[in-house]
Amino acid sequence: MYAQMVKSEAADGEQTPEDRAFQARIDRGEKIEPKDWMPEGYRKTLIRQIGQHAHSEIVGQLPEGNWITRAPTLERKQILLAKVQDEAGHGLYLYSAAETLGVSRDELFEKLHSGAMKYSSIFNYPTLTWADMGAIGWLVDGAAIMNQVPLQRTSYGPYSRAMIRICKEESFHQRQGYSIMMKMAGGTPEQKEMAQDALNRFWYPSLMMFGPSDKDSVHSAQSMAWKIKINTNDELRQKFVDETVPQAEYLGLTVPDPDLAWNAGRGHYDFTEPDWTEFFDVLKGNGPCNEERLGARVKAWEDGAWFREGLSAHAEKAAARRLAAE
Amino acid sequence: MPSLPDMATPEAERLAQEAAQPADPHITDVALKPALFDWLCRMGDGALILGHRTSEWCGHGPALEEDIALANTALDLIGHAALWLELAAEVEAQGRTADDLAYLRDAMRFRNPQIVELPNGDIGRTLMREFLYDAWHYEMLLKLRDSSSPRVAEIAAKAGKEVAYQLDRASDLVIRLGDGTEESHARMQAALDHLWPYTGELFTDDAVDEAVAEAGIAPRASELQGPWDATLREVMGEATLTVPDRRADVHLGGKQGRHTEHLGYILAEMQFLQRAYPGAEW
Repeated sequence: MYAQMVKSEAADGEQTPEDRAFQARIDRGEKIEPKDWMPEGYRKTLIRQIGQHAHSEIVGQLPEGNWITRAPTLERKQILLAKVQDEAGHGLYLYSAAETLGVSRDELFEKLHSGAMKYSSIFNYPTLTWADMGAIGWLVDGAAIMNQVPLQRTSYGPYSRAMIRICKEESFHQRQGYSIMMKMAGGTPEQKEMAQDALNRFWYPSLMMFGPSDKDSVHSAQSMAWKIKINTNDELRQKFVDETVPQAEYLGLTVPDPDLAWNAGRGHYDFTEPDWTEFFDVLKGNGPCNEERLGARVKAWEDGAWFREGLSAHAEKAAARRLAAE
Repeated sequence: MPSLPDMATPEAERLAQEAAQPADPHITDVALKPALFDWLCRMGDGALILGHRTSEWCGHGPALEEDIALANTALDLIGHAALWLELAAEVEAQGRTADDLAYLRDAMRFRNPQIVELPNGDIGRTLMREFLYDAWHYEMLLKLRDSSSPRVAEIAAKAGKEVAYQLDRASDLVIRLGDGTEESHARMQAALDHLWPYTGELFTDDAVDEAVAEAGIAPRASELQGPWDATLREVMGEATLTVPDRRADVHLGGKQGRHTEHLGYILAEMQFLQRAYPGAEW
C-alpha cells in the first residue's frame, strides 16, 4: 500500500450503542457509505489513510516521470507516460474518495505541502538508470498490489471501489515493469548490471513499504477491527518476499540478502528485515530525495495558482453573463 | 485440438499485413521518395518534438486534471509520430525503423517546425503553443483525409480525431485564461507575442511541399493559412487577446533542418540511451 504508519484513532472510552451497531455492520461485511453514520475516529483514520495513499500516487509520478523524456524507444515512452498518467488518475480517484468524508482536495494538498501529511517513503529514493523503471513497476507496484488487493474488501464503499479500479491498472504496471526487467536482465552486460543495481537499491525500500513490524505497530488493531486494514504488515511482507524471490531467480538476478533462504518448515522464505533506522530517517525527511519531491509538488501548485485563479475568474464572468442574458 | 489450416500458412503474417494495408503506389515511387520522406519526417518530427515537450509536464501540472490531460496529449502526439515515422522509414526503404529515425538522427536531419522545440515556459505558453500548432495540425489532417495516398489518409483519419479534441481543449483553455484574471490575460498575451514570429513557418512553402502537393498527397503549406487565420481570430477574439501586429514568418528553417539551439538539448536527452548503448534492445 502507499500508506505506511497511518495512525489509527483508538475508540475512546465506552462504546456507545451507535458504535456497537456500526461495528456489527462491519462484522457482517456491509459497506459503509458516505452518508451513513460513522464514528469520528473511523472517519479521521480513513482520511489519513486515503489521503496518504492519494499523496503517494501523485508524488509517485515524479521518480518515474524523471525518465519519460529519456525513455529509449517510442513504445517504451508511450508505456511509461501512460503509466505515470495512470498514477495521476489514481490520485484523482483517491482524492475524490477522501472528499466523500468531508475533506477537500485543496485541504489535503495543503497538508501535504506543509509536511503535516506524509506520502510513501519509497518515492524519496532516486531513479538513476532506465532499469529503475523496471524495478519500480516490478517491486514497488508489486508491493502496492500486495497491499491493495485486500483493500478491495475494505469497509468503506468509495475506498473499496477506488481500489478495485486501481488494482486492475496496477497489475498492468507490474507486468510492464517486469517486461523492462526481462529485457535488461537478458540484454547486454551493461543492461544486466543496471538491472541488478536497480534490484539492489529497491529491494529493501520495497520491503519497507509494508510498514514496521507488527510488534512495533501500535495502531493496527483498531484499523483491523474497522476493516480499514485487512492484513498485518508482516503477513503482507512475507507474501511479497515469497512471490518475488522466484521472479528474481527467473530473471537471473540476485536478491541482495545473503540470509535469504527457503524455510521448508514454515513454507516461507526467511529473509533479512530492512533497516528500520533508515526507514524512520527517510520518514523524518532525510531520504535522498525528500526535499526535491515535495519541492516539485509545491512548485507545481504555486506555479499553477494563476492558472487555477484564471479559470475560476472566467467561470464567474461566464456565469454573470449568463445571468445578465436571462 | 488440431491447428486450423490457416495457422500453417507460410508467411501468414506478411499476407495479413498486406491485406490490411491499402495499395499505395506513392510509397514505392522512386522519383518522389526524397520529398515524400522529408514531408513524412516533418509530420512525424512535429508530433514527436511537441509530444516530448508536452510530456515534460507529467507530474508538474497546475491541477491534477490538467496533468492528466497534458499526458494524454503527449501520448496522442507520440503515437502519431510513431505512425508517420514508420511510414517514412518504409518509404526510405533503407532498413531503418521509426525508432531509428527518432533516436539516431541528429538535429540537422530533424524536420519539425521550430515552434514545437521552444521550451515550454509557463503553462500559459505551453497551452498557447498547443493551440497554435493544433489549429494548423487540425486543418492539415482534415485535408490529408482526401490525400491521393491511402496510407497517408489512413493515418490522418486516425490522428484527426485526437487532434480535433486537442484543438477543442486548447481553444477552450486559451479563451478561459485570456478572459480570466488580469494576470492570466497578461500571461496569455505574452505567450502569443512570444510564439507569434514562429507561426509563419507553418505556412511557408518550399520544394518539398510543392512536390507532395503536385502528387496530390498533401496540401501546400500556404493553403492552410486561411482556415488557420479564421480559427485564430475567432479564438483570440473570445479570449480578448490581440493578434500581434508584426511579421509571423521571422523564424524559419526547422522544416529544412535548421533549428533553434533548443533542439540539440532535447535530442541529447531523448536519445541518450540509444546513443550510449548502441545496438542494445530495450
